[in-house]
Amino acid sequence: MSICLLRVDSMAFMKRLFLLFLFLFSVVLPAEAVLAGGKIQENIASVGQVRLEGQLPVEVAAESVSVAAAGEPVLEAAPQPRRSDYPDVGVSSRAIVWILAQMHLFFAALVLAVPLFVLMIELVGVFTGDERYDDMAHEFMKISLTGFSITAIFGGSLALALFMLYPDFMGYMMRVFGAQVLVYALLFFFESFFLYTYYYGWNAFRYGNLKWVHLTLGLLLNASGLTIMVLSNAWATFMMAPSGVNEVGAVVGNIWEIMKGPLWNPINLHRFIANIGFGGAVVGAYAAFKFLSTSDPERRAHYDWMGYTSNFIAILAFLPLPFAGYWLMAEIYAYSQQMGITAMGGILAWLFIVQAVLIGTILLAGNFYLWAGMSRTEGSERYKPLIKVIALVLVVSFLIWVTPHTLILSASEVSKLGGSHHHILGPLGIMPAKNIAVNLMLVATFLSFQLYRRSDKVATVSWAPLGNALLIAVYVAAVANIIFLGVYFGYFTNTVYKVGSSVAQVSSTLVVIVFGLVIDSLMFRSAKTLPSHWGRIPDRAQYALFALPIAFTWLMALMGYVRSSVKTHWHVYTVMKDNSPDNFIPTIGYAGNMITLVTILFLLCVLFMFWVANLSSMRQGKPESAGGEAA
Amino acid sequence: MNVLGKTMGFSLGLTLIFTLVTYLLPQVKGEAPVEKKVDLDSLTMDDFVALGDELFHGKGTCTLCHKPAPLGRAPDIEGEDMVATAAERLSDPRYKGVATDAASYIHESMVEPGIYVVAGWGKKGSDDSESPMPHVNKPPIQLSDMEMDAITAWLLAKDGNEVTVALPAVEAAARAVEKSGVAARSQEPARAPEEALSRYGCVSCHSMDSRDALVGPGLVDVGARLDADEIRQSILDPAAVIVEGFPPAMPADFGDRMTVNELEMIVQYLAEKKG
Repeated sequence: MSICLLRVDSMAFMKRLFLLFLFLFSVVLPAEAVLAGGKIQENIASVGQVRLEGQLPVEVAAESVSVAAAGEPVLEAAPQPRRSDYPDVGVSSRAIVWILAQMHLFFAALVLAVPLFVLMIELVGVFTGDERYDDMAHEFMKISLTGFSITAIFGGSLALALFMLYPDFMGYMMRVFGAQVLVYALLFFFESFFLYTYYYGWNAFRYGNLKWVHLTLGLLLNASGLTIMVLSNAWATFMMAPSGVNEVGAVVGNIWEIMKGPLWNPINLHRFIANIGFGGAVVGAYAAFKFLSTSDPERRAHYDWMGYTSNFIAILAFLPLPFAGYWLMAEIYAYSQQMGITAMGGILAWLFIVQAVLIGTILLAGNFYLWAGMSRTEGSERYKPLIKVIALVLVVSFLIWVTPHTLILSASEVSKLGGSHHHILGPLGIMPAKNIAVNLMLVATFLSFQLYRRSDKVATVSWAPLGNALLIAVYVAAVANIIFLGVYFGYFTNTVYKVGSSVAQVSSTLVVIVFGLVIDSLMFRSAKTLPSHWGRIPDRAQYALFALPIAFTWLMALMGYVRSSVKTHWHVYTVMKDNSPDNFIPTIGYAGNMITLVTILFLLCVLFMFWVANLSSMRQGKPESAGGEAA
Repeated sequence: MNVLGKTMGFSLGLTLIFTLVTYLLPQVKGEAPVEKKVDLDSLTMDDFVALGDELFHGKGTCTLCHKPAPLGRAPDIEGEDMVATAAERLSDPRYKGVATDAASYIHESMVEPGIYVVAGWGKKGSDDSESPMPHVNKPPIQLSDMEMDAITAWLLAKDGNEVTVALPAVEAAARAVEKSGVAARSQEPARAPEEALSRYGCVSCHSMDSRDALVGPGLVDVGARLDADEIRQSILDPAAVIVEGFPPAMPADFGDRMTVNELEMIVQYLAEKKG
């Protein structure tokens, strides 16, 4: 069966090779035609002078060039399509593009993230000399391999759908980005080359200097993937905050000025971190499924360890994500306060209640998995009382976070309540309260993580009590600071300063994380290690590993919807209006349906991806009677 | 299969819970601004004020920021008497604008919000020297003069003040339509006849440098055959005279698409082409 898989992938490789040749031919053939220019002139001479549409005759063109040379090039504004210019295919064009784009982005995120942490795990294997890391990294690559093809399928379908359903918009985008899109396409050849050599060369380049060749291939694979990501991010950020064009959308800057809009780097960072968390969560679900599917202790131990590593990657990437999100929103506010408020205080603000539910689910699931995982180690008993405190903090913070500011009330309810805001719940519904809640949840999650990491160790350094006291002091000071800043700036100053205080709050959280990591790495340097039993974890803990990717997927689709919708009725904000029948922001319920649909589709595709990955390790037994019948 | 069923059931159940949450929240659509026709013959000041109210709370997106304390990110102009407020602002030594009364102050604030920034409401770090407010006559809000006047009228009328804004007149509306037509083209008028010929696709069907027939006749000697008035008529009403042997394929909407200057540039350019 592995031969069969090899053949399938070889065919895919040949297909890509064929496409490469096709691409080269498409470049080479016109070049030949230019070289044989005289022949072309002869062919067209019989029907008179043929010009490209819009191309000027020789005498006119010469004069136009002089106009251009005088420093006044002709600028072409963004098109302003009428409603009738949008093709009607009988179903919502936006729904089609929504599904295809989201599926493409899910898989793109997955296949960008997996090689990234696979490379990290492989490096850990090299430095520790523990081959289990190497094998696990290889297995992560194996289960995500089909994802590259699925990404390409959805990407191609998305491009076709966009060109068919939004021709004016795509024409404009092509005009703005020009050859950049060809560079984007070219990078896929590099990515494919490095992907296949990295994956299939795993065992061929396993030891010695060849291992470094392999790691270099992995690095180049990641470099190609990340470059692809940042190039395509520029399209999305150009639509939100166009740069390099004038106020009617005519191109006035070079490609770098067009790409380097105010939101480009915040989106790059946010997607980079989120992709890692998302990828970790998805492969964690694979490990959980394999863990539950086997009763072999050795295999359970392997998949328990794999699940733990995946959860570790997902949560570690998730912790700094709010900070990247904060930077993105701050840049959105700086670019256009109107856009920022549309997202956070306007019609889209309700979606942040759903976001709170999703992030709460992720944090609760991640914490629960860590607490359940403590049963693997014999030294975890000492920390169990603290788990109850952490759980209480998480639940209370979660409830504050999901408290809405206003409620949907009938007239009689409003009169009973004395206004549209509940006198207790109302203050908890505004951002300062939520900022306190989010930061406390992050601090609590880091504490869970720290306790888990400590549970199989006993510090032997003489200054351990002092280190612990210092750590407790940092936690207490940070929590006090987070609460004080939130209350003071949130309720005793005007709105302009409310969000500003959150910088100091997230800084407090970051201090806890950095300080905690530094203290522990020093304190447990030569610590006594207690026995740890991989595979000794309750089955129910594995469901936390399913909750993580479901919530991550839903969250990704939700925030993508918010990001896209802040443009309101613009294809390209302020320069190209969306006049299509779908130029409104749909209701939250409709968005919820769409997100659920893509989440379920993604789930099914991921199942297919895992199933294909497992086929490679299966081999059908030769039928006993086959030889006899043939004879 | 048992494990697959359990995990799928769990995953789908969780997904549906998230979907359910979206149904517990208000189901509001964010409609794009729609065109609204105003009948000037029957428009009263009350209608105009009501239009301003609608624009203030709708297309103008003013209430995103102008909310009552402590929620607002800009002064609560809905809750303030704007005539009294404008008088205070105009007498402030920091005021550098040219407004003379409440109506002109409100209008100026919309088109040049940076001229006077109310203390405490400037961009963070600008010491109230920069306003975070967008120019409402430009994208993405893009209110017309008439719409801004309507909002001004409402801001004056809501506290019982005299509305000093005039109702839109037919001439003003016509200017607005002309202006929006130019904006819809979203292009500067062509500066040279060659540019205009290229922009309107004339050179796709007519050869400028020979008598060769493409879709239409060659125009290298058109000035010898037709005078300026006939050329103008051929462009504005191409069906009036169709040259024998050619199909009636020339678009009839150049009169709507070209500016007067562009048309005259093309006419003079062609009239000078004598072969």
